[in-house]
Amino acid sequence: MAAPRSLQFDTLSLHAGQRPDPVTGARAVPIYFTTSFVFRDADHAAALFNMERGGHVYSRISNPTNAVLEERVAALEGGVGAIATASGQAALHLAVATIAGAGSHVVASRALYGGSHNLLSYTLPRFGIETTFVAPRDLAAWKKAIRPNTKLLFGETLGNPGLDVLDIPSVSAIAHAAKLPLLVDATFTTPYLLKPFDHGADLVYHSATKFLGGHGVAIGGVLVDGGTFDWEASGKFPELTEPYAGFHGMDFQEESTVAAFLLRARREGLRDFGACISPASSFQILQGIETLPLRMQRHVENTRKAVEFLSKQTAVESIAYPELPSHPDHELAKKLLPRGCGAVFSFDLKGDRAAGRRFIEALRVFSHLANVGDAKSLVIHPASTTHFRMSDAALAEAGIGPGTIRLSIGLEDPDDLIEDLSRALRAAKG
Amino acid sequence: MDLRVAGNAAYVYTGGKAFDPKLPAVVFIHGGEQDHSVWALQSRYFAHHGYAVLAVDLPGHGRSGGAPLASIDDMAGWIVALLDAAKASTAALVGHSMGSLAALECAARHPQRISRIALLGTAFPMRVSPDLLQATKNRESDAHGMINTWSHSAYAHYPSNPGPGFWVIGANLRLMQRQRPGALHADFAACDGYRTGFERAAQVKCPALFLLGARDAMTPARAGRDLARAVPDSTVVTLDSAGHNLMGEKPDEVLDALVEFLRA
Repeated sequence: MAAPRSLQFDTLSLHAGQRPDPVTGARAVPIYFTTSFVFRDADHAAALFNMERGGHVYSRISNPTNAVLEERVAALEGGVGAIATASGQAALHLAVATIAGAGSHVVASRALYGGSHNLLSYTLPRFGIETTFVAPRDLAAWKKAIRPNTKLLFGETLGNPGLDVLDIPSVSAIAHAAKLPLLVDATFTTPYLLKPFDHGADLVYHSATKFLGGHGVAIGGVLVDGGTFDWEASGKFPELTEPYAGFHGMDFQEESTVAAFLLRARREGLRDFGACISPASSFQILQGIETLPLRMQRHVENTRKAVEFLSKQTAVESIAYPELPSHPDHELAKKLLPRGCGAVFSFDLKGDRAAGRRFIEALRVFSHLANVGDAKSLVIHPASTTHFRMSDAALAEAGIGPGTIRLSIGLEDPDDLIEDLSRALRAAKG
Repeated sequence: MDLRVAGNAAYVYTGGKAFDPKLPAVVFIHGGEQDHSVWALQSRYFAHHGYAVLAVDLPGHGRSGGAPLASIDDMAGWIVALLDAAKASTAALVGHSMGSLAALECAARHPQRISRIALLGTAFPMRVSPDLLQATKNRESDAHGMINTWSHSAYAHYPSNPGPGFWVIGANLRLMQRQRPGALHADFAACDGYRTGFERAAQVKCPALFLLGARDAMTPARAGRDLARAVPDSTVVTLDSAGHNLMGEKPDEVLDALVEFLRA
């Protein structure tokens, strides 16, 4: 008997969560620009509010266009469902706020996107949630940092700025031994390069603004539940395993064996914090996801060519890309990221901040801005932009040198990119 | 709600309201390698519309203790023991797949206790191919993949279950993976070994609803209709574009059909 085939990644990228509109026959995903949805009758309304029927009530809580994005990303990740949010930052906040509150504690990788670091380091402490940061490669430090009030371990698949590869199998094992879930920011890798649930992660989120959208036109986030974590057995999450007075006394774990987290996140987090995505943004991100496999292949191909070129230049001090044998996570990357290590990486120019500035200003194809994951190639020089107030010593502590340049390699002709980098390297020499 | 049934801890979801044995009782019985949560929307609806709901985790599944029951006959006996434990004198039974056979057997053997039966995604015989049965024993992961693919008819569900944003196919797979090792094979062997479907069907005295999926590749609708013809008072409702996971793929249509049937 031949085993049945389930749809593969490329096909799911185009079809999961959507079919031609049953009323109009529209093939593309319709943008449902409506705040609210008509009830069939009073009983239907009550049933929707009480989660006796599935359906839409108000677009802050759910919307048909947003639902396609949510179900598609959940399918690509191998999760049980997802919630689309106003941004990647909103997705991180929703994840933390759903299971942590005043008196809670998070253990996080030190190698984080600056916005995530700000949220955990400065903002959440005002609400009673503390974070201990650890070096992502230091497994003993992860374990040691866990406290009785810890609710979550958190890291990025590829950390900022040195592309530290998160050892998801080992960190998730530490989390699970402590009856805690592991949350992973998979923005830099997308499910095309790495599916964190396959390696032990429990929750995944994306800044969909980046590679999922790919076009740099829409801000959005997606939080995905792998459905693997047993909140009841953990005993540390009454938010999910005891009746919630804020929603009909619902015990979310009792209601759904595999999706208690998502139920609470939607019924509380989206409802009360309200960081919902616009259906227009969902549509735009879905347009990007349709070509995600093709784009990620090209992103990686172009990145490999750029890395190879830069590695031969005398003006380049070092390159942090895990496919290089010199990277400390090279072996781990071969195991977790066989399709490639993404399209964002940093390298160090020889010289001072001025050399970095000259490099940036000589580029013509790369765009100088604060984003990554665009179809267009992007560049930033942290020492003269995002981190310009910091001394060289403070920069060094953050793993950033005066000549550190971060590139996000796009989909242009790779020879044009290399020519552009050559020109900038010549200019950097002064 | 936690009960003790046949000597073991038994968990039943009561739909978000306390169980009241004075109300008409409805027992929801899940299929193989699943638990009460497949009925989340329907069980919650009936609990808030005048019924006392018992959405069970069969022994060895979900939160219930004990070993998985080895036969459909044993499941039928366990359901009656559950009614006794809950102090429910009579009940309607709603069963899916393996649970539908348990409901059929129970109704035939206990006509005084069972007022109606709704059988979803059902067929008789419910034979399991030797390859799949073998896979349930020693290659659970492969078996889960096969069952999940055969259980769904589409890659988009409106509304999704239990609500927008849930990936029905992924959730069904994960629910199977969350069950204890051994339950899958016990369940599928019980279905495969059930031999008395037509005789029991002829003995059923209460009204029976057969709710079938037109695209069901696990329990084809024609095999469900064959069984329905053997029940004296049966109604067949076939849902277009629905596969075996009827509650996941067509939650509203399933609920509407059950409401009409149980209120009749």
